Amino acid sequence: MPRSLMQPEFLVQRDKERCIECKTCVRQCGFGVHEYEEARGVLVSNDSECVSCRRCVVFCPTGALQIKKNEAYRENSYWTEDRLRDLRRQAEFGGTLLTGMGCDRTYPIYFDHILLNASQVTNPPIDPLREPIETRVYIGRRPEKPVPASASGCGIPLTGMPMQVSAEVPAAVSAEMPCEMPKGAATVELGEMAKGPTTVESGEMATEMPPAVKLEIPVIFSAMSFGSISKNAILSIARAAASLGTMFNTGEGGMHRDLEPYKDHMIVQVASGRFGVDPSYLNAGRIIEIKIGQGAKPGIGGHLPGEKVGEEIALTRGIPRGSDAISPAPHHDIYSIEDLRQLIYTAKEATEYRKPVSVKIAAVHNVAAIASGAARAGADIIAVDGLRGGTGAAPKMIRDNVGLPIELAISAVDRRLRREGLREKVFLIAGGGIRCSADLAKIICLGADAAYIGTAALLALGCHLCHKCYTGNCSWGIATQNPYLTRRINPELGSQRLINLLTAWSHELKEIMGAMGINAIESLRGNRLQLRGVGLPENELRELEIKQAGEAM
Amino acid sequence: MKRVHCNLEFCVNCHLCEVYCTLAHSPYNDLVAAFKGGAHPEPARLFVEERRPASFAVQCRHCDDPYCVTSCLTGALYKEESSGRVLYLQGKCIGCGTCLVACPYGAIKRRMKPDGHFTIVKCDLCPDRTRPACVEACPNLALKYEEREQMNP
Ligand code: SF4
Ligand code: SF4
Ligand code: SF4
Repeated sequence: MPRSLMQPEFLVQRDKERCIECKTCVRQCGFGVHEYEEARGVLVSNDSECVSCRRCVVFCPTGALQIKKNEAYRENSYWTEDRLRDLRRQAEFGGTLLTGMGCDRTYPIYFDHILLNASQVTNPPIDPLREPIETRVYIGRRPEKPVPASASGCGIPLTGMPMQVSAEVPAAVSAEMPCEMPKGAATVELGEMAKGPTTVESGEMATEMPPAVKLEIPVIFSAMSFGSISKNAILSIARAAASLGTMFNTGEGGMHRDLEPYKDHMIVQVASGRFGVDPSYLNAGRIIEIKIGQGAKPGIGGHLPGEKVGEEIALTRGIPRGSDAISPAPHHDIYSIEDLRQLIYTAKEATEYRKPVSVKIAAVHNVAAIASGAARAGADIIAVDGLRGGTGAAPKMIRDNVGLPIELAISAVDRRLRREGLREKVFLIAGGGIRCSADLAKIICLGADAAYIGTAALLALGCHLCHKCYTGNCSWGIATQNPYLTRRINPELGSQRLINLLTAWSHELKEIMGAMGINAIESLRGNRLQLRGVGLPENELRELEIKQAGEAM
Repeated sequence: MKRVHCNLEFCVNCHLCEVYCTLAHSPYNDLVAAFKGGAHPEPARLFVEERRPASFAVQCRHCDDPYCVTSCLTGALYKEESSGRVLYLQGKCIGCGTCLVACPYGAIKRRMKPDGHFTIVKCDLCPDRTRPACVEACPNLALKYEEREQMNP
């Protein structure tokens, strides 16, 4: 090839007046941009390798560095800079454009067109500092009908069984339920679960509930596998989940043995590659998640290149060292809802009906019907991952052009499930683009029971959204397996940042709920009356089932 | 006694401990001035050694029975009984470098004074601060200032 037509995307600017030549930037850049030239005794930067991860900017002790966008291409309002750059790159190198993290394009952000309500005079607000506001939720299937405990298998609702006696059960009695509950279930207190149907059998009260797990805050760390992110990043998340009383998700990479202490807060994922899946894995966590799709790349499988499959990852995934870890686009045993049902019940059988089973799907145009099918197939939990959901690697055209914003998707799924009488049976998790506690409140009002956060968690760990996760050079030690880089996440510090973040969100959520005069997530869920749209056309308001700002209750 | 302990697993090789050590021992409050204000910036009292992927901040262990003190020809080096710190008297040091050789950690460095004579620099655990400057500067909690059974990390 003759001279390349590519231009650097960013320019590194070093203020020579401020630079003290400590060479921190040289040692911190994961992309090898900075260099100290011994011969001339000067610091130089190779701009064309810079991805603007800002590690050097944050670490430079004197604030001598700035990263600027390079206006190298003559853009116009149609041929924007990134279109030109991508086109040039493909003209030069061919091949599919790869990227990491979530879609960054300028589609409407419905969260920013929705306003929340607050109470005034007629229904007084609640002060969360003085009165209790409940952010606790139970994740799992809700019972359809009261079921005599002895007549059913544990956790399998048998419809149509005659109800004997139904009553609110006191906590003390419920502890004697005949049905075996998950062992070692630290966060499930039997008494608290026993809100369900009660029967009287040979003079004794018995209560049965499908397995459920308590979440202290309706935010769960979403699936990020060991492989896509570093072990230290996963450990930070696992520790935070345990301390916050919520859950984290292993992703499709199997369970690293160091996660053992956090098993009670773990969702184990089963994806199309089935990496590390065996009965002990399925039984290790509290919830099993069958991953059908991912918001960042609906319809696309995964590929962890062999170079990244070192000893630890090979062991965790149960594959040979150095081999490519390929997750096919479909599960090759799932081509229908009936097939999905088989896998769901295989998972349930393998775990003796002690674990709720979740099905994670990407938000695509037909998401409501698919969610309805998953609910009928026996899913206890449905996780919907929206357009803005992140990834370790995806084809850029798929990430940026396929899917639905989570706000619309959740609204559609919630509506469909309600209309079909299924909504109360399943727990609905929304993921893909939750940025703050207000987004969280809004998505719950739109019908979610809880939210998954992935990108937000990585941002808390230091991620600067450079979208270069697929390179394995993450300067922040997150999306990398390079031992020089992974040590940049110290789980002690990382978990604390995550705990701080979610503690703050929890306070804010309580403030938001208190202002509305609502004291439990149950009353917030699907409460679209608390939402109003601004600047949205009528059909979008209709899709979201919310009123125009200015319209009264 | 409280010592600075470096966690090999989480040292990220940024050398910010060295930078802030220099600042703490310089007459200036500003980093740029500390390095560029005078003719010679104060050298750091600790040194990050690397063999990638690992790196490690080395500094005086303030040994219970310090070799450097035993070896010092002039009695410039001494162990302060009250605090346990190993310190030295500039006026007595003749810059011979015997202590450099005696220290099993290589924690003492030699430097030239403006008058052309040699002297040493070593960690003094920042007597004027509640926590040593390096510990405060560490971005990854790799350095901790605490009492431990073991002298070494
Ligand atoms: S890639 Fe990151 S660390 Fe390297 S020069 Fe660019 S912004 Fe700095
Ligand atoms: S980190 Fe900052 S002060 Fe240190 S060498 Fe780089 S630009 Fe200069
Ligand atoms: S995880 Fe790392 S590589 Fe990926 S966007 Fe964040 S900083 Fe960049």
